[in-house]
Parts: sequence; structure tokens; C-alpha cells
Amino acid sequence: MEQKNNTLLFYTLLYFVFLYLPVLFLPLFSFNDSNFMSFPLSGFTTEHYEEMWKSTNLHKALWASVKVGVVASVVSTTIALFAAKAFARYKFRGENISYGAIMMPFLIPEIILAVSILVIWLSLGFKLGLVPVTLGHILFCTPFAMLILIARIEGFDFSLEEASRDLGENAWGTFYRVSLPLYLPGIIASLLLSFIISFDEFILAFFLTGSDATLPMYMWGQMRFIQKLPHVLALGAVIIVFTTLIVLLAFWLRNLGQGKDKADFGIKIHE
Amino acid sequence: MNNSFIQINQISKHFGNVKAVDNVSFEIQEGEFFSLLGPSGCGKTTLLRLLAGFEYPTSGNLLLDGSDITALPPDKRPTNMVFQNYAIFPHINVEKNIQFGLRKLGLTNEEIRERVNDVLSLVKLEGYEERFSSQLSGGQRQRVALARALVRQPKVLLLDEPLGALDKKLRDEMQLELRTLQKNIGITFVFVTHDQQEAISMSDRVAVMSEGKIQQLSTPNELYKNPHNIFVSDFIGETNFLKAETKSKDGEHINVSIEKLGEFKIKNSLNISENSSDVICSIRPETMMIDKEKSDWDICLEGKIKQTSYLGEITKFYIETKEIEKIITVSSQYFDNQSFKNNDCFISINLDDISLLNKK
Repeated sequence: MEQKNNTLLFYTLLYFVFLYLPVLFLPLFSFNDSNFMSFPLSGFTTEHYEEMWKSTNLHKALWASVKVGVVASVVSTTIALFAAKAFARYKFRGENISYGAIMMPFLIPEIILAVSILVIWLSLGFKLGLVPVTLGHILFCTPFAMLILIARIEGFDFSLEEASRDLGENAWGTFYRVSLPLYLPGIIASLLLSFIISFDEFILAFFLTGSDATLPMYMWGQMRFIQKLPHVLALGAVIIVFTTLIVLLAFWLRNLGQGKDKADFGIKIHE
Repeated sequence: MNNSFIQINQISKHFGNVKAVDNVSFEIQEGEFFSLLGPSGCGKTTLLRLLAGFEYPTSGNLLLDGSDITALPPDKRPTNMVFQNYAIFPHINVEKNIQFGLRKLGLTNEEIRERVNDVLSLVKLEGYEERFSSQLSGGQRQRVALARALVRQPKVLLLDEPLGALDKKLRDEMQLELRTLQKNIGITFVFVTHDQQEAISMSDRVAVMSEGKIQQLSTPNELYKNPHNIFVSDFIGETNFLKAETKSKDGEHINVSIEKLGEFKIKNSLNISENSSDVICSIRPETMMIDKEKSDWDICLEGKIKQTSYLGEITKFYIETKEIEKIITVSSQYFDNQSFKNNDCFISINLDDISLLNKK
């Protein structure tokens, strides 16, 4: 028994080392006083962070990523909310096919998705830029948003919605006063995760951005210059911390109020 | 002119090939405590949901207080519902739950406060305004659900097995309380239950349903004393069925041969036809007498007690006789399992207590 526990512990540790050790090198070298990623470390500095922040191109790229991320997460969460509600609530003809169709971008290699959008977009005579990137990200984020929202809405007590109708609210009033507040933790979790997926996305952006770089595109550009490498490390470290926080927040929210009839919802809106 | 409060006219509701409600017509009077009783899947809940507006009928129409409500959505109907699981909104407190349905009634804040306070005292929930659903017991949730529906002063209150989730003691208390409440406020109640004792003890009238159809609609007393068919007789209370065959009619009576007991003249209140073997006799366990000695009742049989079960206020005896094929159940307040030597006993039956029913 004891033996078995140790084996599992060893396995678990190995697994985490494999997963996270490479990632931890980024913050480590980002504070190293050298242009090269090699041991031994030569000294501690925050200079890379300061220089990183001075770049106006970085600011532009960051702003572009935020814009794309916000629009993509809001739109994909909205689409996914309606779809998830339909799947969780109703039985209808073509249910499995529609579900598969929405989940498809999950399985199609991203590069194929990117090339298809590129070809269609250009053949329609439009210019490359943040708009096609955003559209691509909406397509790509929707399945993720769906998975989160279906998990939230499944097991939802739909007699609450009937009770609201019974008490004189029409469909919209019911959505606003009952469904929305109860789905809210799931909706916010979906917004956060969709935003992060869009924010970190590279391949679609690579094909579709044209001249307006998103943040991953900016990093890719910087990598070509060896002296800029430490900036990229610093930026990478910041993004890792930021992403981790958002993902943790999203998971915390997703599980919030999941227990039946929890009163401590944490989130109170209107009234 | 018909002045019934609720009129259900030839209502059918089909789900695919399933006829959940099958061409049902009846009327409910104003101020009545009306129960829909039946086993699960008999269509009683579907009928209630049709009244609430959560389902629309496949055919037929519904009239409430003279106006056709068949096509109205739930929020436009003067009905309110107490849900089986209560459906208390978990994200708002008791007070906000109760106020929920008042928003669109155009009341002043003063009127809202008054109505909420009135209904809180009606269901004895004063002091619970700030609680959330998760902080309430089953009985309290049920009261919130009741208050939330009553505060809108509906013309009809629909109740979907509201006592099903409560324990026995609390259920008995709530039965009495609901009944008193209904008489005091005078609102028409339509109550759905699968519990025959509950329906009988609370209602003015009961509609017994099975397979989407009304089997019998009458007062609880009538239902118990004069069941119209074998389903009702079996579903309401407990009974013994005896094989029978009708012979010739004799005015309001009919000659019936019962098992190997012989031929008897029995009241023919259902007007059952002569010379039919498609009939059955029913005798309630408590109408028979069990004793150590012979009696001078219409029928007296010698029997052997095969089994007894002691239930406190009564004891049930399961008795084997030569004349009747099945084991007969007799209940008695006066004897217990120790009263009989060698399990020998006599059971006595009055002809008045035998009801004759069609098998179908």
C-alpha cells in the first residue's frame, strides 16, 4: 500500500516537472542579466521588463490583442450561450449533427482553418487585418465556450424558468431575472477562457493579421533579433502569470454555486 | 347557460404517439378544492400544465371564468402554480421570491409591502424574509412557494404534488393546513397527487385518472363507497375482488352468483347487464367482520387465518376459505393476532357492502 502511494507520488511529480519546468525557465531567464538563455545565471535585473515596456509596437500589439480578445469572447460566448441552452433544454431533430458542427473547429487543424478563412476572405475582396482574425477567433472560441456553458446549464432546474413565466414574466423578463443571474458564473468563466484563448492564439493571427500585429505576432517578430530575446522572455513571463490568474479565476467561477440551491452565489446583480 | 368556473372541453394532449391526455371534459366550480388523482403517467400533471399554460392542447379548449384561455401563455393567465420541487429562486431571498410576481401588477411600494406581509403571515413565515432557499427546510420552502403564488391573488391555484417531498408527519400537518387555508381565502385549488388518502382527505371533488382519461369524478365519499369501475375500486383504498356472474335483473337489484358462495340479490347501481361473466364483486376489508363464532349476517364463512399484520389502530387478517379462491383480507379494530385458537375464524359479510363492477 505504502509502496503504491510512493509510485503514484513520483509519477505525479514527474508529470508536473515535465509540464511546467520548461515554462518556468521563462521567468527565470527574464530576470537574468544577460542576452543569452544559458547557465550559469549572471545576475539579477529588471531591466528587460523596463525595456520591454518602452516599445510602442508592444503597446499597439497589446491593444490589438485586447480588442480582438474582447470582441471574440463576447460574440463566441453569446453564440455558445444560446446553443448550450438549446442543447441542454430541448430534444430536437438534428441535435447531434448541430452539436458536432459547432464542435468541429475544435478538431480541425488550426492551420487548415486559417488557410480556409484566408482564401475565402481574400477571394471576397477584403483586406487582411484584425477583422478576419476576430472572425477566426470567434469560430475557434465557440466550442470552448459551449463546453463550459453546457456544463453549467445541464442540470439547471428549468422549473425555475417555468415558475418565472407563471409569475407573470415573459420570455425576456425570465431570461434577465432568472436565467442570466443563475448562468452568470458560467458566462463569466466562458468570457475569460475565450479571451485567453484568443489572446494566446498564433496560427490564425499569423495568416490573417496583415500589418496589424497581435501580441503573439509581435513576439514572433521580436524573436528574429537575438538582442530582443530577453524582452520576449519578460513579456512571456508576464503573459504566463496573467493567463494563469485568469484561468484559475474562470475555474473558480465555473464551480461557483454549482452545488444545488447554493445561496452564497458571490455575484449579485440588479434588484 | 353554464356558469362553471373552469371548463375543460374535449382536451387532448399527444406527445408523439403517446396520448397523455385523451379527450377529457369536465368542469370545476369556483372556490372548489379539486384533486386530480392517479398513478404516475396517468396524465394528471400534463392536465395541470395545460391549465398553467406550460403545454398547449393538441385539441379542445379551456375556459376560465367565461373567457377562453386555451392559447394564452402562462404569464397572461390568472393562474399560479406551486411546483413539485417548489422552484424557489436560489439567487434571491424569501422576500424577493415572494415579490417576484408583483412587478408587473402596477402596485405601489406600499401595496407591495402590505401584500407581502399579509401573505407571509398567512403561511406563517414572518421573520424569514432574508433567508435563502438553501437555508430553509422542506416545509418552509413549500410555504414560500405557496406564498409566492398566492401573493398574486390568482383566480386558480395549481398545485403539483406539493406535499410529495415532505415526511409523513409534516405532510399530514400540511394537508390540514392547506385545506383550512383554501377554505379561508376561497381561491379555487386544483391539486395533483398520486396519494389517494391525500386526495380523499382534502378535496371537495376528485377526478381519478388513468391512461389519459377520467375514470370517475365525484366526491371522496362517493369515490370510496361507489367506485364506478375496477380501476377506481382498486386504486382508492384496499379491496377484495371476487369472481362473479350476473343472472336475471330484479328491479334495482340483480341476481349474482359469487365464487362458490351461491347466488345473491345485489343492488345494481351501475346498471350492469344480465347474464354477463365480465363482472366482478368488490368488498372492502373493513366492512367484513371477523369473529370466533358464527354470526347471523347475510354471508358467514368458516376460514383459516394464514397471516396477520398488526398496524396499531387495526389488525389485518389474511384468511383462506373453501368458497373463495383468493385469500381474503379483513381488517378489525377489536382483535389482534393472539385472539384466535388454531387460527380458526368466521368472516361475515353484509350484501349491502358488496359492490358489483364491470371488469372494463
